[in-house]
Amino acid sequence: MTAFREQMIAQRQPPDQRRGVIGWLRTNLFAGPINSIISLIVIAIAIRLLWPVIDWAFIEADWVGNSREACTSDGACWVFISARWNQIVYGFYPEALRWRVDIVFAIFAALIAWLIVPKLPAKKSVGIFALIGFPIVSWILLLGGMFGLDHVPTRLWGGLMLTLTIAAVGIVGSLPIGVLLALGRRSKMPLVKGVCVVFIEFWRGVPLITVLFMASVMLPLFVPAQMEFDKLLRALIGIMLFWSAYMAEVVRGGLQAIPKGQSEAGAALGLGYWQRMGLIVLPQALKLVIPGIVNTFISLFKDTSLVLIIGLFDVLAIIQAGLTDSDWLGFAIEGYVFAALIFWVFCFSMSRYSQYIENRLNTGHK
Amino acid sequence: MSEANAISNNTPMIELKRLNKWYGDFHVLRDIDLTVKRGERIVICGPSGSGKSTMIRCINHLEEHQQGEIVVGGIQMTRDIKRIEQIRRNVGMVFQHFNLFPHLTVLENCCLSPIWVQKKPRREAEKTAMEYLERVKIANQARKYPGQLSGGQQQRVAIARSLCMSPEVMLFDEPTSALDPEMIKEVLDVMVELAQEGMTMLCVTHEMGFAKTVADRVIFMDEGQIIEENAPHEFFNNPRSLRTQTFLSQILGH
Ligand SMILES: Nc1ncnc2c1ncn2[C@@H]1O[C@H](COP(=O)(O)OP(=O)(O)OP(=O)(O)O)[C@@H](O)[C@H]1O
Ligand SMILES: [Mg+2]
Repeated sequence: MTAFREQMIAQRQPPDQRRGVIGWLRTNLFAGPINSIISLIVIAIAIRLLWPVIDWAFIEADWVGNSREACTSDGACWVFISARWNQIVYGFYPEALRWRVDIVFAIFAALIAWLIVPKLPAKKSVGIFALIGFPIVSWILLLGGMFGLDHVPTRLWGGLMLTLTIAAVGIVGSLPIGVLLALGRRSKMPLVKGVCVVFIEFWRGVPLITVLFMASVMLPLFVPAQMEFDKLLRALIGIMLFWSAYMAEVVRGGLQAIPKGQSEAGAALGLGYWQRMGLIVLPQALKLVIPGIVNTFISLFKDTSLVLIIGLFDVLAIIQAGLTDSDWLGFAIEGYVFAALIFWVFCFSMSRYSQYIENRLNTGHK
Repeated sequence: MSEANAISNNTPMIELKRLNKWYGDFHVLRDIDLTVKRGERIVICGPSGSGKSTMIRCINHLEEHQQGEIVVGGIQMTRDIKRIEQIRRNVGMVFQHFNLFPHLTVLENCCLSPIWVQKKPRREAEKTAMEYLERVKIANQARKYPGQLSGGQQQRVAIARSLCMSPEVMLFDEPTSALDPEMIKEVLDVMVELAQEGMTMLCVTHEMGFAKTVADRVIFMDEGQIIEENAPHEFFNNPRSLRTQTFLSQILGH
């Protein structure tokens, strides 16, 4: 007998962890009898509870038509949504000029796609355009009054375009202001620190509704009468400042988690304060608080619907206004479900994207 | 090049004159006088809490002193941030816990300051960085993140990162005391090499072997004061003060 082999042993495959749907089911739902029974019961309950919803929303629903007469079955009548689609998207924006909104939507979608798909090049330039160029282009296109475009006053803006405008301005504005406030709150200069603390605590202490009321009712009392200050602009400023205070506290949490040694190492290498913050501390701190930042974005997005109390018609307000249309009485459920769906789609996308970014930025340190 | 080079080679590299520092009421540095010549290698030791770190951190103004004078490469330290940054560009520092930037690769760690402070073109900064990484024998890890390296490797990267700024002085604050024993040697080897090339070095360490091989002078500190300074041979064989003797017997004893 020989004590060694003549041939190499063929390399074995590592044990297969996932064997398709069946394998997944077996390991996760039906491993053992008790496990299987519990799984079956849970599935049965879920189907019983969900079935009426599915039945209402899809199976028994009406999908086509353009008036109330199309709503014949027992389920949801989505014709209500499709009949009012244009208002839901554009608000009271003049019909002939809606192509301008469409262009803004198209650029917006293209920018997001460009920034999300990892393979596309020139992320930096595209990002800078998205943050600086795009808002200017959109403002010109939507508002008009220059370059031969007809002026569309902001009181005609509404629906999804208004919701997205408010959310985008709020998100793009509150993060940088919040970062500056967070840095200021940690400053060694007492005056800077004091101003930031007072600012943050003031905005965090008042409800957003109050801020919006103050912006729309009180602000005009303080500025000269001839200085007309757009209502939407006032709301945007209020929302931006309000959320920047929350953002500041989220960012500060991240800054506190970065060891002092990081900034010291930067200082020892001759980097100045802003370089240390911008190149070393903030990239790490912001990455750490991505969940908190996105959480704030999501809250901000949902709270855009509060502008309805100062007479701006966001997506929810437009749908709600549609419910009082005498031709369409009694479609409240469809309306609110659809509004919820719109908000959910945007918020859920943000949430997923943040998880993806978090994974991508993981460089293997604890 | 820098202002410092214009000054004659006989001027000291670092001068501390009657340096005093307090943390609140706690007098952490008392009347420190120290002159370091160009190319001199100094090892600083002393019990924990004696102010060793505080002293060398004053040299690049990571700590602020309240009384006395600090002159580095002919530049007088003031509170003026421009002047502080001018000094820092000329003084490299290596920390106990490496303090590499975890979100940047090894190469990016090394290039950050040359690019942003010295305004070097990226290409050139990377070339220099690779040369230094080669010298600390870690060039093959240049694309990795610090979190993927061992402690010894990280500390060698930290040394290379400082060298990329071509400093005239290197400060080391217990560079090996956070390392597992088997990694200490690889870091000390790099430091010995650096010393032999004529770098001015101030090194807080309890590695007495290192002190014996490369130090021109060993300084012993206790309670914020310099108690004794001498050539290594004298320092280890004929310590003058009782406190030095006790300290040496403690660290050499086991
Ligand atoms: N930021 C601070 N505030 C108050 N006291 C401090 C501060 N930093 C250090 N000290 C105190 O100053 C003294 C000297 O500290 P230092 O870090 O310079 O000692 P060290 O000689 O480097 O000690 P070790 O060998 O432990 O590193 C210690 O007693 C320490 O508690
Ligand atoms: Mg120390």
